[in-house]
Amino acid sequence: MIDFTTSLGPKLGGTLNKLLDDRHSRHLGIKMDTPFTRVLILLILGAALVAGYRVIFGLGASTNMNDYWPWGLWIAFDVLGGVAMAAGAFMIAGAVYILNLKKYKCIARASILNAFFGYLLAAISITFDVGRSAVIWHPLIMWQINSVMFIVALHLVLYLTTLATESSPMVFEKLGWQRALNNVHRIMVGAVMFGVALSLLHQSSLGANYLILPSKLSPLWYSKHIPYMFLVSALMMGFSMVSFETILTGKVFNHQVPKNVLEGLAKGIVCFGSLYFVMKMVTVFSGPGRTVLFSDGFLSFMWLLEMAVGVIIPVLLLAKTASRKHTDTIFVASILVILGVLLNRLNVGVFAVSGYANHVGSDYFPSLMEFILTAGMIAFAVLGFKVCAKYLNLFPDTGH
Amino acid sequence: MTISRRGFLKGVAGSAAVLAAGIPTVEAKMSTELPPEAVGLLYDATLCIGCKSCMVNCKTKNSVPGGALYKDGIVPGVVDSLLCRKSEKTAAILSPPYETKTIRGNEGIWDASQDLSGDTLNIIKAYRNGTGETKDSPTNGHAFFKQQCLHCISPACVSVCPPGALIKDPKTGIVYYDAYRCIGCRYCQLACPFTIPRYEWNSAWPEIRKCQLCRHRVAEGKYAACAEFCPTGATIFGNVTALREEAKKRFAMKPGTIYDFPVQTLDSKNCSTRPVASYADKVYGLTEAGGTQNLMLSAVSFELLGFSKDIPASALPDLTWAYIAKIPWVFLGVFLGGTSLYAITSRRNKNSADKEDHHD
Ligand code: SF4
Ligand code: SF4
Repeated sequence: MIDFTTSLGPKLGGTLNKLLDDRHSRHLGIKMDTPFTRVLILLILGAALVAGYRVIFGLGASTNMNDYWPWGLWIAFDVLGGVAMAAGAFMIAGAVYILNLKKYKCIARASILNAFFGYLLAAISITFDVGRSAVIWHPLIMWQINSVMFIVALHLVLYLTTLATESSPMVFEKLGWQRALNNVHRIMVGAVMFGVALSLLHQSSLGANYLILPSKLSPLWYSKHIPYMFLVSALMMGFSMVSFETILTGKVFNHQVPKNVLEGLAKGIVCFGSLYFVMKMVTVFSGPGRTVLFSDGFLSFMWLLEMAVGVIIPVLLLAKTASRKHTDTIFVASILVILGVLLNRLNVGVFAVSGYANHVGSDYFPSLMEFILTAGMIAFAVLGFKVCAKYLNLFPDTGH
Repeated sequence: MTISRRGFLKGVAGSAAVLAAGIPTVEAKMSTELPPEAVGLLYDATLCIGCKSCMVNCKTKNSVPGGALYKDGIVPGVVDSLLCRKSEKTAAILSPPYETKTIRGNEGIWDASQDLSGDTLNIIKAYRNGTGETKDSPTNGHAFFKQQCLHCISPACVSVCPPGALIKDPKTGIVYYDAYRCIGCRYCQLACPFTIPRYEWNSAWPEIRKCQLCRHRVAEGKYAACAEFCPTGATIFGNVTALREEAKKRFAMKPGTIYDFPVQTLDSKNCSTRPVASYADKVYGLTEAGGTQNLMLSAVSFELLGFSKDIPASALPDLTWAYIAKIPWVFLGVFLGGTSLYAITSRRNKNSADKEDHHD
């Protein structure tokens, strides 16, 4: 390791040395300079270029959005999807700090960090999605409480702060700042509760954004209950995301988590998956959606695909107690749920308005630049997580 | 990890108090009542001859300071937004927003908008069927119709705008736009049931554009340019309550009755005398999305003209408010429920920890 005290003086250099000390994670065997990392960096650079182009030349030049299709890939995937992928954090944090379910403590740090990057991804993408990025903070001082979007904006900022607070002990530990550490521990339970309330609210708020579109959103997705469907599907996604990442990090970094943790997560997927299934069925069969369930061509196909991939198959896979003991089964089911919920967000955000927009002769398919920015944001989240796994003590209670 | 439970509970009580004080006490829900002095337009398509005088005058009369198409340079716009201040500009517009760029070979002389856009607040479109011979006949006929902001009584665009850049004037009911507040999120475009707001997609500092009912002219005691320059009385300006009565009266009249149609404004002495046409299904705007201040009459049904048939007859912001009103309760519930769960589970843990005497 390079010693920074020689070049930067004892104070700054010492701090840097402490931060870059990776002794505690050496057993994970994370290498920084790999082809994978290089690809990630390349993707991030691509996204940075697109972002610059977008700021200078406007949205018309960089995206395919138009007056009839004002929200596209960035909102549907980065914002709706990114936030849903981050739902695991508040659930695990709540279980560990409020319900005192200590067995999940070994994955708490990783899932909170994962959420932090999910939200960062959403926040950065929406900054480039709004046409006047430089004043995106306006809603924070110009309150307009009738607007769900205002609520989402406020929550996003508050929750990012909460997540940063929840993750800060990892950094303070490394620096040996005992006082700060004690302070954070003192407010931890309060911060977690605040985070739980915020998460419940804005996971559902993202769905509530669409409450005002009864005549534009396809009846397959529109419902008075869309906020609650967003919430329950996010919970299902949260369990899946945490087990996916636990298994994956277990595979690539050498560490193990107790089997019963994964079993608990799998049970969560089944419970919330079943609940979500019932909610979807009841709303679609009790509303106008039932008349177009099989007859709306592409939209019906997307609806059925989303249900099959994201709900029915994974729940069936994990329904038996025995199958919840198989790490591989849980892995596959988690991936399916993640894909299914992402598909749901794309359906609501992009495809569900197509009936209306096509009617007035408009069409939308994301431009190359929209794809590049989204890919770069994902790369940013993955790389950020990897760096943190190397330099922070992410898995405190495992593998030793 | 150690937390003194009493200290923690004190913290919860404190933050709950802060929260309760922070919940805005203003009446948030949007009004669904028509302001008594509200102004609006009545467009009777059976009188429209498709001359597009309203379109031309809409553009010129709105390209002056205060008008809906007026725009100063990018730099002052950005500065005003950053400093959160309303701009009071008087300099002449830099380039009048006529869509000459998109049409080849016209040397910037004429403007031929195809649709509402960042440059077009009002448009007359034509309906054609079969041979197109008979005016105002759904089959083998033609008709004109007008698209623009209808100035909803309870506007979805206003209710969804996060920084409150779209505002409904409490007196005239005009829905207008304060550019300096806008963040460019385009939620208003998505939320408007009529898809009226348009965006300056090709600008680096885009604005939302829509009809603001010539608010700058109304403030000077004048009225909407499209009504003033309509030669036939197809578009007239007036008090909304009176316009509603007028529209219902025309709709109820027997086709062929000779009637004095006022020109320019509802109380105008200047009239065009002619037989009443046979109007289609309804007066548009009485109930759509909870009612609008602009009303329309047509002999060809609005569905055939391409207006969405799925727009509910109730105020759209109510749909969202039902959700938003629950938010304080979620905070309260989580803090009370969370605190008690925490208290119970920590006690249980403490008991078992005492027995086993080891923890993380
Ligand atoms: S018609 Fe659309 S833009 Fe006009 S006030 Fe109503 S919601 Fe707003
Ligand atoms: S684009 Fe501007 S006016 Fe429209 S909702 Fe967003 S902030 Fe409001």
